[in-house]
Amino acid sequence: MGQRIGKNTILLDSKPCIISNAAVVGRKEGEGPLKDGFDAIFDDGTMGQDTWEKAESQMLRAAVETAIQKAELTAGDIQTVFSGDLLNQCIGSNFGLRELGIPFAGLYGACSTMALSLCMASLAIESGAFERVVAATSSHFCSAEKQFRYPLEYGGQRPPSAQWTVTGSGACVLGSTKGRPYIDAIHIGTIQDLGIKDGNNMGAAMAPAAKKTISDFLSDTGTSPSDYDAIVTGDIGEIGSTLLRELLMRENGIDISSVHKDCGLMIFDCKTQDVHSGGSGCGCSASVLCSEWLNGIRDGKYKNIMFAATGALMSPVSSLQGESIPGIAHGVIIRG
Amino acid sequence: MSVSKDEYKKMTDKASPPSPVVKNCLFAFFVGGFICMLGQVIFDLLTMYGISDDNSRALVGMVLIVLTAILTGIGVFDKIAKYAGAGTMVPITGFANSVASPAMEYSSEGRILGTAANMFKIAGPVIVYGCSSAVLYGAIIYIFGLY
Repeated sequence: MGQRIGKNTILLDSKPCIISNAAVVGRKEGEGPLKDGFDAIFDDGTMGQDTWEKAESQMLRAAVETAIQKAELTAGDIQTVFSGDLLNQCIGSNFGLRELGIPFAGLYGACSTMALSLCMASLAIESGAFERVVAATSSHFCSAEKQFRYPLEYGGQRPPSAQWTVTGSGACVLGSTKGRPYIDAIHIGTIQDLGIKDGNNMGAAMAPAAKKTISDFLSDTGTSPSDYDAIVTGDIGEIGSTLLRELLMRENGIDISSVHKDCGLMIFDCKTQDVHSGGSGCGCSASVLCSEWLNGIRDGKYKNIMFAATGALMSPVSSLQGESIPGIAHGVIIRG
Repeated sequence: MSVSKDEYKKMTDKASPPSPVVKNCLFAFFVGGFICMLGQVIFDLLTMYGISDDNSRALVGMVLIVLTAILTGIGVFDKIAKYAGAGTMVPITGFANSVASPAMEYSSEGRILGTAANMFKIAGPVIVYGCSSAVLYGAIIYIFGLY
């Protein structure tokens, strides 16, 4: 059985294996620096559907089906899929998984959903009652803009601190068999809020949550940043990364700058792709984890990473009511 | 030592690059100026063809609205507005775009509860407060006109 170490970290006995992983993305992401690692790049943002919401569902389904195929399994072999997205009532996942006939546990962790679904999937395996489960999430630039910001054709200007929602989806098949990469430990994050209200500066809103999870994770496990090939955050972008490193130095005296990587800064070339402070969205950390990081571990490029995906837990309603933006970060340690 | 909200705000302000205000103002000035000039050209052309000044003034607005709606529909307006900022937002073009863009966006939810119900989602406040302030302004003029 899993063992609680420190305050919030669970060390897993079963070492759930990531049997396969799949990442599918849109065109802009497919033109970015990580283009060679994705399983599929959809040139048409509509994915052949008539609404953006259906397009997102289609993309999530493609990621889940690809991951299942790569594991040489069928949908019937999967005992539960843990998935969520940014859309109201998680319709990206609900409709994307409707036809697959797999038991479904819907999650909402905003952009941290990939780490949350991995945590839940790992616990399911650890319980001994599950042998094969899927952890997945998705986001689509167009459906996210529609829900959280302005219509696509609205002529507005984005400030330099704004981030670009990634059109992408990632899925992992986890199993109780031994193998690599595997999940060594998980950490359920705590909500952090340092009063940021600017919806165009999500990196700043989420950095305190990333800081809390990373520092707690390190102290719970008695490790230091140099014990990892990389400490990977989800989508805090350029501003959030600067703030995270500064917060960790000031509050904990920990310097992660040599091993810190942010998926939002990896998926796009911020200089040439006009994404301002970097990529964001559930699909950002999911597609980067399920391509560059997990494939890198399989290829022996990395041995162990701490993956701490961040999420901003606000809604358009809470923002209009003047609430600040609470952040959360869930973490997993993946070794290979 | 934990960072307070005030300290974090200062850290955030320092880490966040400011908007390029001078560049934005210049773009807004030239594009906004160009739109106004375009309006004047349309006005001159209309009056040249014998249309009265009053009718021409109304027609200038209508032509700019239709042009904006077409540019919004073919996905060009937002690309211009990204650079022009207030230059395209302040003239009547901004208002037209703010009506046309949600009308397109929400068409997937149907013509009535999608397009029609959401068409004024962005422009609605302008209409509400525009009309309210016009009434207030009218009332002030009326009251002062009594004496």
